[in-house]
Amino acid sequence: MSAAISNKPVIQLRDLAKTYQTGEVEVKAVRGITLDIDRGDFVAIMGASGSGKSTLMNMLGCLDQPTSGSYLLDDIAVAGLGRKDLAKLRNKKIGFVFQSFNLLARTSALENVELPMFYSHPLTSLRDRRQRALEALQQVGLGDRLSHHTSQLSGGQQQRIAIARALINRPELVLADEPTGNLDTRTSIEIMGLFQQLNESGISLVMVTHELDIAAYCKRIVVMRDGRVISDTRNEARRSARDEIAKLDEAEQKAKLA
Amino acid sequence: MFNLIQNLFTRAWQTAVIALRALRRNKMRSTLTALGIIIGVASVVAMVAVGNGAQARITSQVAALGQNLLSVFAGSRKSGGVNSGLGSASALTLPDAEAIRREISDVVAISPEDSTTAQAIANGRNWSTTVAGESPDYLKIRDWKLASGSMFTEREVRSAAKVAVIGSKTASELFGPLNPVGQSVRIQNIPFVIIGLLESKGAGMGGQNQDDRILIPYTTAMRRVTGDKYLRSVNVQIGSADRMEIAQQQITSLLRQRHRLTAGRDDDFNIFNQKEIADTVNSISKVITLLLGSVAGISLFVGGIGIMNIMLVSVTERTREIGIRIAVGAQPGDIRLQFLIEAVTLSLLGGLIGVLCGVGASHLLGVVANFKAIVSTGSILLAFGVSSVIGIFFGFYPAHKAAALDPIVALRYE
Repeated sequence: MSAAISNKPVIQLRDLAKTYQTGEVEVKAVRGITLDIDRGDFVAIMGASGSGKSTLMNMLGCLDQPTSGSYLLDDIAVAGLGRKDLAKLRNKKIGFVFQSFNLLARTSALENVELPMFYSHPLTSLRDRRQRALEALQQVGLGDRLSHHTSQLSGGQQQRIAIARALINRPELVLADEPTGNLDTRTSIEIMGLFQQLNESGISLVMVTHELDIAAYCKRIVVMRDGRVISDTRNEARRSARDEIAKLDEAEQKAKLA
Repeated sequence: MFNLIQNLFTRAWQTAVIALRALRRNKMRSTLTALGIIIGVASVVAMVAVGNGAQARITSQVAALGQNLLSVFAGSRKSGGVNSGLGSASALTLPDAEAIRREISDVVAISPEDSTTAQAIANGRNWSTTVAGESPDYLKIRDWKLASGSMFTEREVRSAAKVAVIGSKTASELFGPLNPVGQSVRIQNIPFVIIGLLESKGAGMGGQNQDDRILIPYTTAMRRVTGDKYLRSVNVQIGSADRMEIAQQQITSLLRQRHRLTAGRDDDFNIFNQKEIADTVNSISKVITLLLGSVAGISLFVGGIGIMNIMLVSVTERTREIGIRIAVGAQPGDIRLQFLIEAVTLSLLGGLIGVLCGVGASHLLGVVANFKAIVSTGSILLAFGVSSVIGIFFGFYPAHKAAALDPIVALRYE
């Protein structure tokens, strides 16, 4: 990859808008967003429900097409692409992490992680796929429990599998939609720690959340309201998940002694 | 290019593995769905086998009448409006039979027949049976063999000898397990020497027992037993099947000429053409096979609808799974292929089990009903082909529906 390309933002939005037609009523979910997200950034998108952040995420994830405006993902114009090309783009460039994990039930952890590779072109061999899945699972701290069905695992473990799945095709960008919404505080911090770790290794992350506590772990915070960006700031007081976990451990220790 | 094909093949194979796994997860449902196809295919195979078996059986019965047989019957006699039925007219004579033998070149064997029902007495028992006056050619015409002894000869016909060849049923009624050859039997108080025993032939086309009869020279029958001046019928064997039609026409015109029938008058005789009967029977049994086959085909179609139904349920139920697959990069074609392969696997599996069941049922029927069903490779291949086509046809709509799902909606589906 040449230096010229790698310096360009991974996401470039120009006046991006999305209008839904629900019956007679036109809903303007996103009303003209212009935004660049640099490589290696870690962005939290915040906003109340109805602010348009989910719609924006769907468009960023190439699951939905904008009504107007342009979207360059890794310098590729997304607007106007067909379903097949969007699928290829999602497969190659984007890793998804969802609030409800969205793992295949009654399927082993390993097979869940392999899933995106199954839809890659050209098709990799089974052995390569297994190898890559094992690496990805190691990356998220799940070396064992590979053959367990996902339903037998805890929420935190399931989300780690989902993150491993997001990483398997070595994407440019990981999109996370309320990734800690279904997790307790400690597990949430652990997952944020994993994200910070991935970010340090060079992966760009965009995350939707409505919790300030969680957004505090990101490098940049974008706030939306009524389909527009109302604030876009660098997070100067960024929290480190490692420190927070240490603090939690300390507090627990104290409680035990008392 | 080779890589592309290999890639495609590997992908299809791995998709098939996913599909099989999905089917295995819902064993009960998959089995019930396949059951529709199983029953459909099994009934196609079994019905066609039964139809073929019936056809073969009837054909063999028709063939048992004799090869290339023309039967000339004396016509019906009407007196005062009362029709006495075939053979009652006093029209067919021995000279007629001789003329047929002499003048129709395609005739290879001929047997004038004069028969009656009479009481046979022997060995201290008596039995009412058919006594048929025939010529020595009769066995050749009817494709009949002797179990022991010999047939009477042309000489014995000329001398109106009192010799008889006995059917197996009549023999067992009169003599039990004893060999009747060399024994004597009295027919209308005339003693006959039994010189031959016929092989058992079983029930004929009308259901009457062909083995319950005594054959004697036709001369003996006419002069000593019935006293008839006329023949009831003449059985004629023609050299080859394709000359049957011509021979029938020649015999008709010969007899009309001999009986001095002018152009406007009806024949006073009837000719039964064995080939015509065989053709008719064949076409009837073909219709029956077709009928059975199409009833079975309808059940196969219904089975296909069952597959479509279950596949639609499956697509709805697995909406979220489909959403996940699409989100991580499955193209519409990948999803379509997956569900299509599931449907085809269901129907092919059903087809395979159905063929086995159908063959089994045919054999079982053969054992239970003493009937030989004939399983044809054609019907097996047809059932297989149709079931895979059904899988593709009825699987296509659900697969298309799955592929067309909006991933955003699908991921939110509960």
